[in-house]
Amino acid sequence: MRNTRHRRWTASIVAAAALGLTLTACTGDIAEEDAGDVDCSDYETYGTFDGAEVTVAGTILDLEADNLNKSWADFESCTGISVEYQGSSEFEAQIAVLAEGGNAPDVGIVPQPGLLGRLAAGGWLIPASEPVEANVDEFWSEDWKQYGTYEDTFYAAPLMASIKGYVWYSPAEFEEKGYEIPKTLDELTELSETIAAEGDHKPWCVGLESGEATGWPGTDWVEDYMLRLNGPDAYDQWVTHEIPFNDPQVAAAFDAVGGYLKNEDMVNGGIGDVSTQVTEAFQTAGLPIVDGECSLHHQASFYETFWNPDGGDEVTVASDGDVFGFLLPPASADDPLSVTGGGEFPVAFRDAEEVEAFRAYLSSDTWANNRVSLGGVISANKGVDPQNASSELLTQSIEILQDPETTFRFDGSDLMPGAVGTDSFWKGIVAWVGGEDTAQVLDTIEASWPSS
Amino acid sequence: MTTADLLGKILQVVMGLAVFAAIVGLLIFFIDKAPKKGRDYWQLVGFLAPALILVTVGLIYPAIRTSILAFQTSSGAWTFDNFIWAFTQPAAIRTLINTVIWVLLVPTFATAVGLAYAVFIDRSRGERFYKAVLFMPIAISFVGASVIWKFVYEYRSGDREQIGLLNAIVVAFGGEPVQWLQTDPINTILLIVVMIWVQTGFAMVVLSAAIKGIATEQLEAAQLDGTNGWQRFTNVIVPGIRGSLVVVLTTISIATLKVFDIVRTMTAGNFNTSIVANEMYTQAFRASEIGRGSALALILFVMVLPIVIYNVNVLRKQREIR
Repeated sequence: MRNTRHRRWTASIVAAAALGLTLTACTGDIAEEDAGDVDCSDYETYGTFDGAEVTVAGTILDLEADNLNKSWADFESCTGISVEYQGSSEFEAQIAVLAEGGNAPDVGIVPQPGLLGRLAAGGWLIPASEPVEANVDEFWSEDWKQYGTYEDTFYAAPLMASIKGYVWYSPAEFEEKGYEIPKTLDELTELSETIAAEGDHKPWCVGLESGEATGWPGTDWVEDYMLRLNGPDAYDQWVTHEIPFNDPQVAAAFDAVGGYLKNEDMVNGGIGDVSTQVTEAFQTAGLPIVDGECSLHHQASFYETFWNPDGGDEVTVASDGDVFGFLLPPASADDPLSVTGGGEFPVAFRDAEEVEAFRAYLSSDTWANNRVSLGGVISANKGVDPQNASSELLTQSIEILQDPETTFRFDGSDLMPGAVGTDSFWKGIVAWVGGEDTAQVLDTIEASWPSS
Repeated sequence: MTTADLLGKILQVVMGLAVFAAIVGLLIFFIDKAPKKGRDYWQLVGFLAPALILVTVGLIYPAIRTSILAFQTSSGAWTFDNFIWAFTQPAAIRTLINTVIWVLLVPTFATAVGLAYAVFIDRSRGERFYKAVLFMPIAISFVGASVIWKFVYEYRSGDREQIGLLNAIVVAFGGEPVQWLQTDPINTILLIVVMIWVQTGFAMVVLSAAIKGIATEQLEAAQLDGTNGWQRFTNVIVPGIRGSLVVVLTTISIATLKVFDIVRTMTAGNFNTSIVANEMYTQAFRASEIGRGSALALILFVMVLPIVIYNVNVLRKQREIR
């Protein structure tokens, strides 16, 4: 009896020890990396801190999160500030709840100016310090600074950027069949009709499915057409509700998009009929281009990484490669270049020197070049050398963003109140593609616009 | 994460558990040592307090706050707008109608099918096996069940090979494939099927146990009186299991009113399939219209309340009879 009990004890201790060892093996001790040969001269302006910690949260995950951590590793070892990043796909839904409960991280990387405004209105945000504002005045356009501002108080500098409104195509197919890259929206229509008339396949492939966010790729279409057909002023009035959502100008943009998305001759190349747009995941919707079953796909610059779903570089993204993108053209050839896009804003919830030092670093050209060099993303920071970008398309995107002639407008649905921008606009697109007429859909969205 | 971090976290967990055990131990120790006079009272307080505190913090306080938020705008002014929105917007009205359809169809069909199944397999050979088969869907989460059924309803354009079971059958019989989840109103019914599929097992198990509780003498007496099977079923079995039937019906009704995972996973509330619980989440956390979300929560509460009251009443009456 005594002996058995003794053995049981031994067994559990051995099991616990084994478990402990196994868990230890999983952790990998990343923090042990040596910081020996870092040139700290770029980081002297931020000062040094002993044992300070800054917690950061955002929507950025996986590989992108690793790159983010790498981009400030030198900053950490030079200043002594330890930065803890935690990514979550539920960040946008939870950040306001966390802030209200006093549990917000020190810095939140907010991907929507609308959400930034809501957090600022709640009184939870710390305005940006002078070094941050100085960096923004130096490196960003006035448009971008405005998106980090709420009621005349400047809260956060922009971080990274993406350009929406690329039309992806196969350069090889264009060359073989003699298609030209369209210079106006009318030429785009003609090109689409030519491809459709050849009868080989439908010209456009579209995927709107994205879980509960289903419909958002359609809002990008409408925003692009709204900006190009009606100009930046009408666009601003539209997102701030100075003109109603069912305004004739908005209806015109919807109908122009409807010429493709609601047209059985135009969609859905390589996938099926019009109704399949809603069930096709946006991640895979462009891939029929590679198989020659579709010619055109409208999606943001980030789609570059989606062409090789299994990794690797089998499909080359280049102007002489398998696929490449051209910007959705302006309404008439002599219109200035206007693009829609997105970006993030690191807002602060804690008033501390180390937090502001970190935010000042994020708004600097040093950080932007560091991050862009790691690949896959771009920034609208004017201090970025476009050649640092990891691909031809991204280099081209940075040049577009840095060009003072470019009219840049933020993704409209990110600027509208959540009830519209992340709910009724998405649902409206789904119902509209599903057969509801434009007027009915616009009235429904207009009615959902919150009164206060 | 480094080893030190991990050890720190494990230590935190262990410490937390130790503190909890110490507090509970101390509490019990002192209650035991309470003065003889009024010891019952002290024991009552000591054992009820933890549960009461948790219920207050976790249930009563949030319920009150939700009720207040339902009558406020996002800036904190008092208003009825949230309820006006819920009862005038076509999309919101559709949500309420869908919820009513759900709560009418799911409990009725789940209970009816479960009861029929329980009666048919009662005392048959292989009863356990049949029970296990029908009970299995209960072990699958709603999200898992939704993903499975989404494949069943999957659609491919006419000339392509169908990978969805339902469309494959339709095409095999020479029909045209249908976008099941996009076609209103059949899509709501198809979502309800998933819920019935999950809940029938629960109804069957409870009702089967109740049927076994009916005295064999009653059934034999009825048989001697020359009743047929249907008469025995309606006059002996159903009255005999009435209490269990009510419990099953009300439990499934409440579960149906709360269901959210199926709609969110399969259609995300698109194509006119949204129901109150899904819309409540969407409004409060995605559209950040806390007021509208709270108003829907309150409406849901009012819808559940009569069912709960009825349930409690029936149970109380039964106890009195006994």
